[in-house]
Amino acid sequence: MESVGLFPVLAVSAVLFATGVGGVLTRKNALIVFMSVELMLNAVNLSFVAFSRHSGMVDGQVFALFVMAVAAAEAAVGLALVILLFRNRVTVSLDDLDLMKG
Amino acid sequence: MTEAVLFYLFSLVAIVAGLSVVLARNPIASALSLVVCFFFLAADYVLLNAHFVAVIQILVYAGAIMVLFIFVIMLLNLRDDLPTPLLEISRRGLVGMAVAGVLGTGLIAALEALPVTAAAQVTESYGKVESVGTSIFSGAYLLPFEVVSVLLTVALVGAVVLAKREI
Repeated sequence: MESVGLFPVLAVSAVLFATGVGGVLTRKNALIVFMSVELMLNAVNLSFVAFSRHSGMVDGQVFALFVMAVAAAEAAVGLALVILLFRNRVTVSLDDLDLMKG
Repeated sequence: MTEAVLFYLFSLVAIVAGLSVVLARNPIASALSLVVCFFFLAADYVLLNAHFVAVIQILVYAGAIMVLFIFVIMLLNLRDDLPTPLLEISRRGLVGMAVAGVLGTGLIAALEALPVTAAAQVTESYGKVESVGTSIFSGAYLLPFEVVSVLLTVALVGAVVLAKREI
């Protein structure tokens, strides 16, 4: 990867992260918001792996694996919450969830 | 040279798929775009000598997590009650896109200020199961690793408790 360098990889990661942020802020569907969060986590993983390759140590890759494990836990609990929500309110639109006046 | 071409190709597809996740009307299309994005990110990981992370990315993310997502989308059958326009030009849409654009350009501008240094030379075993496993199990990451296994158990129990009708 010497021919590319560090900056392009981090730029790709930044673009993906910004895309995820845009999805979280723009979309109404809770599932798509979840997927945007996964996209942001993956962008961060790409940064970890890029820095890991750049520094020549595997620590960044270990961190990427930890991020994946946390993302798996988050997806399991989050999707359970979405199912629970759908069962009680028959919607997954975040606009309809104003019980706490947010 | 081929490495650079492949990297830009894979990254371009990953970014387009990522945009498609956010812009797609149908949640299923979103989820499938996300799978494509994960696959091409895994290809980028391979180019970055992170072979084990690439394999785990495909197995865990594209395999397990996305199957869970698609399973839930199909279970809820959301297709009909979401007539979301492709780009809702609402105030929130504009604000969201503006924030994302400012954040992206700001991040890239900040990254450009990074000092350019040469990448380290890596050995043949770098990023394979052996080196990553050695780093996890014989270094400072052994306790975090065990904590993550407890976290996964807790998440599993929590998901079952939340989704079950009666315990």
